[in-house]
Amino acid sequence: MEKLVIIGAGMASGRALENLLELTRGAFEITLFGAEPRGNYNRIMLSPVLSGEKTYEEIVTHDAAWYAAQGITCRFAEAVTGIDRVRRVVHSTKGETPYDKLVIATGSAPFIVPVQGKDLPQVTAYRDLDDTYKMIEASSKAGANAVVIGGGLLGLEAAAGLRLRGMEVTVIHLAGHLMERQLDPAAGYLLQKDLERRGIKVHCKGATKAILGDGAVEAVLLEDGTTYPADLVCMAVGIRPEVRLANDAHLEVGRGITVDDQMRTSDPAIFAVGECVEHNNQLFGLVAPLYDQARTLALTLAGQAATFRPVQTATKLKVTGVDLFSAGDFAEAPGREDIVFRDPGRGIYKRLVIEGDKLIGAVMYGDTADGSWFFGLIKDSTDISTMRETLIFGPAFQGGAPSDPLAAVAALPPEAEICGCNGVCKGKIVTAIQNGATTLEAVRATTKASSSCGTCTGLVEQVMALSLGDSFKVNANPAMCKCTEHTHEDVRRLIKAGGLKSIPAVMQELGWKTVGGCASCRPALNYYLLSDWPLDYRDDRQSRFVNERNHGNIQKDGTYSVVPRMWGGVTTPNELRAIANAADKYNVPLVKVTGGQRIDLLGIKKEDLPAIWSDLNAAGMVSGHAYAKGLRTVKTCVGSDFCRFGTQDSTGLGIKLEKMLWGSWTPAKVKLGVSGCPRNCAEATCKDIGIVCVDSGYEISVAGAAGMDVRETVPLCKAASEAEVMAIVAAFTQLYRENARYLHRIYKWVDKVGLDWCQAQIADLSNRAALQERFALSQSIYQTDPWAEHAAPQERPKWQPLADITLEAAE
Amino acid sequence: MSWLDIGALTDIPREGARVVKTVAGCVAVFRTATDQVFALNDRCPHKGGPLSEGIVHGTQVTCPLHAWVFSLETGQVQGADEGEVATYPVQIEAGRILLDTARLARRVAA
Ligand code: SRM
Ligand SMILES: Cc1cc2nc3c(=O)[nH]c(=O)nc-3n(C[C@H](O)[C@H](O)[C@H](O)COP(=O)(O)OP(=O)(O)OC[C@H]3O[C@@H](n4cnc5c(N)ncnc54)[C@H](O)[C@@H]3O)c2cc1C
Ligand code: SF4
Ligand code: FES
Repeated sequence: MEKLVIIGAGMASGRALENLLELTRGAFEITLFGAEPRGNYNRIMLSPVLSGEKTYEEIVTHDAAWYAAQGITCRFAEAVTGIDRVRRVVHSTKGETPYDKLVIATGSAPFIVPVQGKDLPQVTAYRDLDDTYKMIEASSKAGANAVVIGGGLLGLEAAAGLRLRGMEVTVIHLAGHLMERQLDPAAGYLLQKDLERRGIKVHCKGATKAILGDGAVEAVLLEDGTTYPADLVCMAVGIRPEVRLANDAHLEVGRGITVDDQMRTSDPAIFAVGECVEHNNQLFGLVAPLYDQARTLALTLAGQAATFRPVQTATKLKVTGVDLFSAGDFAEAPGREDIVFRDPGRGIYKRLVIEGDKLIGAVMYGDTADGSWFFGLIKDSTDISTMRETLIFGPAFQGGAPSDPLAAVAALPPEAEICGCNGVCKGKIVTAIQNGATTLEAVRATTKASSSCGTCTGLVEQVMALSLGDSFKVNANPAMCKCTEHTHEDVRRLIKAGGLKSIPAVMQELGWKTVGGCASCRPALNYYLLSDWPLDYRDDRQSRFVNERNHGNIQKDGTYSVVPRMWGGVTTPNELRAIANAADKYNVPLVKVTGGQRIDLLGIKKEDLPAIWSDLNAAGMVSGHAYAKGLRTVKTCVGSDFCRFGTQDSTGLGIKLEKMLWGSWTPAKVKLGVSGCPRNCAEATCKDIGIVCVDSGYEISVAGAAGMDVRETVPLCKAASEAEVMAIVAAFTQLYRENARYLHRIYKWVDKVGLDWCQAQIADLSNRAALQERFALSQSIYQTDPWAEHAAPQERPKWQPLADITLEAAE
Repeated sequence: MSWLDIGALTDIPREGARVVKTVAGCVAVFRTATDQVFALNDRCPHKGGPLSEGIVHGTQVTCPLHAWVFSLETGQVQGADEGEVATYPVQIEAGRILLDTARLARRVAA
């Protein structure tokens, strides 16, 4: 009888043995080595064991009786340490075992992040029963903390299980959203929300720096300085095919052990099966294709023809109550089209990826009932051209509802604030309507909602439409862009009312009709989020127009302009020298004095930007934000220090204002002017905010412009001291930041909300102080010099071309 | 086809692009939110705008100069405008981006 030796008693070899023994009984004398002290069990069911929904006994697939009945010699708890291909023997702790045919089925090894503390006893991987028991044991201590590193399938199953066992769980994930290999950002957002609802903390974009603790794990430290307390750390960041034996035996190994279509390695007497193999450059991490491999291997060993062809796989997360499905392909290749369906009210997201007449990928969240139907269409390459229009509604479709702009408002809880000015929540408006207020005027009169600045009118009308049904007609205002039915104003209010803190959250909850928005809504959403949640949200560079992403104005030939700040238009010989030197060093084609009292260096190549910035930084200069929807310039005149008519120090005040306001992002650009007397040499009365000094103090006026529209400012109020001017300007800027729609300059916004309303907001001293405080909070985060940030050594390569292949392509 | 390794997928920000310098001008290599990659000429057919600096949304990019919108998949301009940019085969293998230089070479020869 031929001697068949198998290394690894896992899921792939288990299935191969079953298949083989069905095909030929008694053809082989079989020896099965396993490093674990037990036979084969259903590894994928470790998650229910961890969560307590199953026991180990229930997931055993082959017990001692089965092995005995099949006549298999079991060598469990005995790892194979080497293969001698010449003498055809394997080495293990207990000596040599000869083979005629050998199968390597060693699976994979969990990847351990090489950080300090990784060897502490409470750090575990999630791969086998011992790991699972270790985690269960750690959870027995009341109120213990677990940190799971890795927000992929395994990590999240571990997190959910540990949470069910009562631990405080935090998931640290490197990418921007969970399960990024299977889910797009929208589905990742919904998943995160679901997990958070279960009490699991999620920290995305988190890189682990060290595991802290002296002898025992105490906490996990991230690169950004955050620490999470931990009694247990589970690392689930990925797996590597277990190829050590094959490497040592000099078999052909890529990332996995290379096998042909018959699962044969480069040595004809040796086969490999399972996660340890690489077939046609592909690795495998789910059981479906491994079972096909096992079948091919069994047939080959039994002397029958067989060919392994990898099938498509679908992903499900085994967390009870989380409905998620992802299948097929989202990467590479031109010619694809998306179909998106979102139902914010029910937390549903579906996306289909179509290529030609075929469905090639599907992501679903919240309602996965049609998952297997879609998966079937993908696997069978069904021609879907005739059902394309209705495909997203699934097999049962007939007449799926189009996405409804009212859904987002319907989904708001009664306590969500609809009118910010007067603090009116949805519930109060609904009650007023139920009590007979059926017109907008009546709602305004009874609740005060929409009676101040008026920008929430659209939302109030939608609440009315929901309560009154068809009898109420909403005034159709233009939608923000083709991606949504909502107006800018409604989106702003819904972001606040719904506590939405990311772009995927907004797109999901407000029923965006496109996958990633467009060039018009993305910058707007990015602005709204950073203005409303300065502490929680981080600016998304990729949602910024080129000038703000690259911190310079792009020119028609693709070069950029560089404008350093000159506070209040004042400079020094040293600054001028540094500018002159930079102009020489970087061959600047044009040096020009701008209309904003500073100097523009035009025609700089993108690659040179970090270097010129760093030179200007070295001379103490920062970005002038000449490109920003933010503070541009504060133009000043010479004022009382030199001018015979000057009444106050207009130059000094201008510099103070610029130092307070610079770096703030605003809906559109903001320019200030400070003139020392009513002769107004700084043209203060055509700026967004203008200050004219007079004997008795300062006259503050707003809403001027001298661009496409030329507008004279209108008086906002008077101030007696510089400090009062600063307070009023900060508060007014914040009022504008919080309420205006994106790209509306102050004059357009004031036209909409009314000067009276602005004056009332500023005159109310406690409101003024609150606005000023919120402005300061935002500045504490956003007032940074972007030049310094991007000129840092680690950032510089990103400004260079990805590759230069001018030589290669010429060959 | 002749695949050339031009860098790691992670060298390009999601919803962003980097350029590759070639004898035939720059090629913009885009990465979408879902990690698809596409390669297009980095010159807008309108007035030569650098498409690599546009905002990437779904599988489209909006030219930074005058807001023409292009499909990353086909290079076709969307909507009312007319025109297209050349696309090049790219693929991801083990986290590396491979660009087909055969197509580039043909363009240079032509
Ligand atoms: C450099 C400068 C012209 C100059 O050489 O003086 C300039 C240059 C540009 N202006 Fe301006 N504006 C400049 C002062 C002005 C002024 C005068 C002022 O600030 O006192 C105005 C009128 C005042 C006003 O804003 O109300 C002005 C009104 C505009 C407008 C019209 C804005 C409007 O709301 O109507 C635009 C278009 C826009 O922003 O959409 C614009 C847009 C532009 C852009 C950014 C066009 C673009 O998008 O590429 C130009 C960039 C050129 C470049 O490559 O750098 N520029 N621009 C001035 C820079 C000032 C600075 O130091 O930051
Ligand atoms: C918690 C968890 C949940 C999962 N959920 C899913 C899921 O929902 N769906 C899905 O499709 N897949 C899932 N998987 C993946 C699936 O379990 C694996 O793809 C599958 O088990 C791989 O089978 P294998 O036989 O290649 O390796 P394994 O099952 O890992 O078996 C390999 C065995 O070889 C042993 N071994 C290694 N080296 C030696 C040596 N030198 N000598 C002797 N023995 C050795 C190992 O100890 C191990 O027992 C999950 C995995 C885990 C850990
Ligand atoms: S601020 Fe004005 S818009 Fe905003 S909520 Fe109030 S009344 Fe409505
Ligand atoms: S150059 Fe691209 S749109 Fe004009």
